[in-house]
Amino acid sequence: MKALFFPGCTVPVRNLNYELAARKVAQALDLELVDEPGFGCCGFPLRSLAVADSLLLAARNLALAGASGLPLVTLCSACAGTLAEAAHSLDHDEAVRDQVNEQLAQLGLSYTPGQRVFHFIRFLVTEVGLDRIEAKVVRSLKGWRFSPHYGCHYLKPSQVSGGFDDPHRPVTLKRLIEITGAESIDDGRTADCCGGGLLGLNEELANKMSLSRLKAAGDREVDGLVLICPFCNVMLEGQQKKIGKQFDLPIKVPIFFYPQILGLALGYSPDELGFKLNRVKNKELAEAFG
Amino acid sequence: MAEAVIDLSRADLGLAEEVAARPGGASLRACFTCGACTAACQVHRQGPDYDPRRIIRLVLLGQREEVLSSPFIWQCATCYSCQEICPMGVRFADLSFVLKNLAVEEGYSPPSLTAQVELLRGHGRLYEITDFENQKRTDLGLPEIREKAADFQVMLADLSGRLAGRAEAESEA
Repeated sequence: MKALFFPGCTVPVRNLNYELAARKVAQALDLELVDEPGFGCCGFPLRSLAVADSLLLAARNLALAGASGLPLVTLCSACAGTLAEAAHSLDHDEAVRDQVNEQLAQLGLSYTPGQRVFHFIRFLVTEVGLDRIEAKVVRSLKGWRFSPHYGCHYLKPSQVSGGFDDPHRPVTLKRLIEITGAESIDDGRTADCCGGGLLGLNEELANKMSLSRLKAAGDREVDGLVLICPFCNVMLEGQQKKIGKQFDLPIKVPIFFYPQILGLALGYSPDELGFKLNRVKNKELAEAFG
Repeated sequence: MAEAVIDLSRADLGLAEEVAARPGGASLRACFTCGACTAACQVHRQGPDYDPRRIIRLVLLGQREEVLSSPFIWQCATCYSCQEICPMGVRFADLSFVLKNLAVEEGYSPPSLTAQVELLRGHGRLYEITDFENQKRTDLGLPEIREKAADFQVMLADLSGRLAGRAEAESEA
């Protein structure tokens, strides 16, 4: 199985542990990730300023992807959402498509309808399949407890994500945690927003949103919160210390990216999965599988 | 938006038309003020002053300046909870983008957002890629990445010019 890898801006610079673990997981699952050096920003940062320009940036990436004939996968929920929404509107609105293609012509590019866009995690669920993943598990994470954090753009808007999971009560990340043998803990806040979209505009409000998420996981004494998005990581790991200080609460919730957890079950070592780059660490877990 | 009374003598009834005509704005008129959006809003839960239903009403009642100059339109976290729950199919997260775009056109953009345009023009990405980043990647066995800024210079020339023109008009005023 092959897919085109869309790195986005943040993951390849700030979350090398996520990228490393995802590439290892793909390798173990016989999923070849093809790199396309021409990819740039997905367009998400421009949506608030000018949606038409955001769409053009997304369309450029989709046009580049089209040449490969492969489905596109990305580790970033903002990239996945922006590119999927762009493909949806370009596929369904001929007038928009014509206009965008006129602009893309300046770059020698053109978008042909039908480009498929997946969040990497969704690709694992719907294209690779849970059975095939489970068959590759070589060691169990039995006894470890993780809370899944879905974030927003992995699931929503559901009009675009096509109903592969329930946007109100999602289960896919729970299932993915469970196939490693670990326990998935429903702390009541698994589908919450981290507040990342507000960080640059109203930090206090953004921090309050993450505080509520971290407290829920902390109250259940989980071994880690399992993320699938670099912006959730900025908030829940990057801001965690600051949030604890700001609200004067002793918060320490270890943070992982899902492929790091699956990677352990597939037989990779914590080092191979970039555990040293995690900032709020769980040393016991790293030692148990080291 | 803290004012409790809406002054209808200042109503600009073209505002709703203008919003509805933009991509993502057409669902506006279906709102019957049930408040499901506000109940589902994750930002509202932490900061109750932020109220999607009220923003929709203000648009429908033509309160142009109050809406477009409000810090509240920038507080949508784009989590889409409102949009998923709305019984009338109002796409409030999309409407928020329309309102923010209009606000930018009228000179109300937060500097942190406009700075991103210049980053993207310069690097084609939000973070500059230097040898330092690639060395870290190579050490971990990850492929190098390269900036492809030339296309972004072309694609963003117009937006950058519009924002610069706006800033100039502001400083002259």
